[in-house]
Amino acid sequence: MFWTYAALLLLVFVTANVYGRFRAMQVAGNQLSALHSRPGYYGGYLAILAALPAFTLLIAWEIVEPRLLDTMVISAKAEIVAGLSKAELQAFLRDARAIAFGGIVAFSDAGKEQAAEVFSSLGQTSLFLKTTLILALVAGGMWYGNRTIAPAMRARHFVERTVMALLILCSAVAIFTTIGIVLSLVFESLMFFRQIPVLDFVLGTHWSPQSAFEGAGAEQGEANTEIFGAIPLLVGTMLITAIAILVAAPVGLLSAIYLSDYASTPVRAIAKPVLEILAGIPTVVYGFFAALTVAPFIRGWGESLGLSVSSESALAAGLVMGIMIIPFVSSLSDDVINAVPQSLRDGSAGLGATRSETIRRVVLPAALPGIVSALILAISRAIGETMIVVMAAGLAANMTVNPLEAVTTVTVQIVTLLVGDQEFDSAKTLAAFALGLLLFCITLALNIFALRVVKKYREQYD
Amino acid sequence: MALEMTTDTESAMNTMISARPAVSAEGETLKMRGRNVKVFYGDKQALHGVDLDIRKNQVTSLIGPSGCGKSTFLRCLNRMNDTIDICRVQGDILLDNDDVYDPHIDVVELRARVGMVFQKPNPFPKSIFENVAYGPRIHGLAQGKADLENIVASSLQRAGLFEEVKDRLDEPGTGLSGGQQQRLCIARAIAVSPEVILMDEPCSALDPIATARVEELMDELRQNYTIVIVTHSMQQAARVSQRTAFFHLGNLVEEGLTNDIFTNPNDQRTQDYITGRFG
Repeated sequence: MFWTYAALLLLVFVTANVYGRFRAMQVAGNQLSALHSRPGYYGGYLAILAALPAFTLLIAWEIVEPRLLDTMVISAKAEIVAGLSKAELQAFLRDARAIAFGGIVAFSDAGKEQAAEVFSSLGQTSLFLKTTLILALVAGGMWYGNRTIAPAMRARHFVERTVMALLILCSAVAIFTTIGIVLSLVFESLMFFRQIPVLDFVLGTHWSPQSAFEGAGAEQGEANTEIFGAIPLLVGTMLITAIAILVAAPVGLLSAIYLSDYASTPVRAIAKPVLEILAGIPTVVYGFFAALTVAPFIRGWGESLGLSVSSESALAAGLVMGIMIIPFVSSLSDDVINAVPQSLRDGSAGLGATRSETIRRVVLPAALPGIVSALILAISRAIGETMIVVMAAGLAANMTVNPLEAVTTVTVQIVTLLVGDQEFDSAKTLAAFALGLLLFCITLALNIFALRVVKKYREQYD
Repeated sequence: MALEMTTDTESAMNTMISARPAVSAEGETLKMRGRNVKVFYGDKQALHGVDLDIRKNQVTSLIGPSGCGKSTFLRCLNRMNDTIDICRVQGDILLDNDDVYDPHIDVVELRARVGMVFQKPNPFPKSIFENVAYGPRIHGLAQGKADLENIVASSLQRAGLFEEVKDRLDEPGTGLSGGQQQRLCIARAIAVSPEVILMDEPCSALDPIATARVEELMDELRQNYTIVIVTHSMQQAARVSQRTAFFHLGNLVEEGLTNDIFTNPNDQRTQDYITGRFG
């Protein structure tokens, strides 16, 4: 239904556009120079007036109508729905709707039949009202637009302002979504922190939420606050991230230097995209590469040296994660190194510096802010990475800095807490939100830090 | 005829006794000599066999319309063209008696002997002190900190910048004005004690006052250094240089005393160029 109306409004939009142009030329007596704006803007003006208010109404209607109908049905049949629990009420309404508007009915009874009658009569009224209002808005817009089109009318300004409003709306959607996600994280975390003290969570060193309740069914809701310590997870995350950066920073940076200052143009044209393909490999592929190839290799290598290596190790996950983030470091660093002006390189060469001296003493210092921000972006990426660590790092919340042992990370624990059937009010599940909030805060802090570094050192060269 | 024979004899003697510096017909020492220099950028030929001598302790101007090859020739003198992948150089360029393009010559050492100042001031994003100290540091010219400070101070002094910046040597070189930046670049070039300084339109990005300052400086510097300057301003060439070479379409049209070139050129093309008929 919605799409039919939307398509009709699109048709109105196109028609009004064509007519608006025609109308503008008509009122100008076919003198293009008499018009304030190009005829196309008058078309846009008329099209916006005719279609946009109606389209806004259509969307608003689509959002509000179902709730409104539900409320009206409930108040009309209060005696039937009285005493139903929330879930039962939802099922009742779902079935009544299905009877009224078509759909799969779970089972019907007299009460639902009655409610369905109310639904269908209300639905018809709603449809009639909607159609009438939309038609009125389209007609009104057309009439008003048609009347106001005149040579002196500033149609271009109107269209430009409408376009700007649309752009603002789109960016607002992105911003409000972010805010919404953060708020939901914060509120769910607050529910968690009502059961578990913040300090126990942030400073606790013991993590085993899967045993949140002492014995099955014993005193529901009484969570043991001692087992939600996030420190082991943070240590594991930091350990794996550190290994990843130790791999990615030198390899990425040195390959960026090679690509920007040493590689010939054809080599660069091939090598850079190939390196960037690394970024296109799905992380799940990296994950089983780490779990099935790298981890056994490290284990075998460690055993040949007489070391005990667990089959899921921080080293395996960190190494593969490091390889995964190489393209972030190399591609971004390559861009900033290339942005250092050739004149600085020439100046250094003109003083008798070799190419490596020039890079070490002039190019890298000038590109440092960009390189730092590339590294920090790579770190945030590594901290938030999930799939590789799920497959290769293990689940045991060991607090260790030995890279040969299994560790677990914040992201892995969020996954294990939310996989399978969950009740959304137990401390165990809510812990996932608290962990998410923690992760968000860490990456946010890193990003802000990176931005500040870049800002502070920006425009050292002109 | 007699003159040609003298030149031939001289060059023959130079080959035999390579330690002896080459001299011109007037008895002036020739610091650098270009012989049949051809430069190609890919398939395009930019210089068609140029013979040009650079005399010691003089300022030589290279003038000519855009694209005539004067900058290309300048950049051959300290092999800055090496940084361009598609560039090929043929012919001989001698610094004293060393072939600059000899595969055994160390480019690093060559550029320490033949310094360069560029069109746009290009100070490094470092402090004023570090900008000047850059060359001495990479070549290991200073014995200890005090020596380095001496080199920096005397270089800034010779570039006529010391009085203006002596209280703020720690501030970034990029914070100076355009004219000061260019003099900083000159100080940076002087700091490695080069024998020749190449200047590629050093004043084209400067205002008239800064330009006058740099021109004065060139005249002072030629006591100790040999200077080659590329310029688009014929007044500048006339003001600062003792000798002028006119390039056109990749050829050296004529070379001689600046005075002669500007008042009494031999070639019609030079005449046309200096009177503003083309270029």
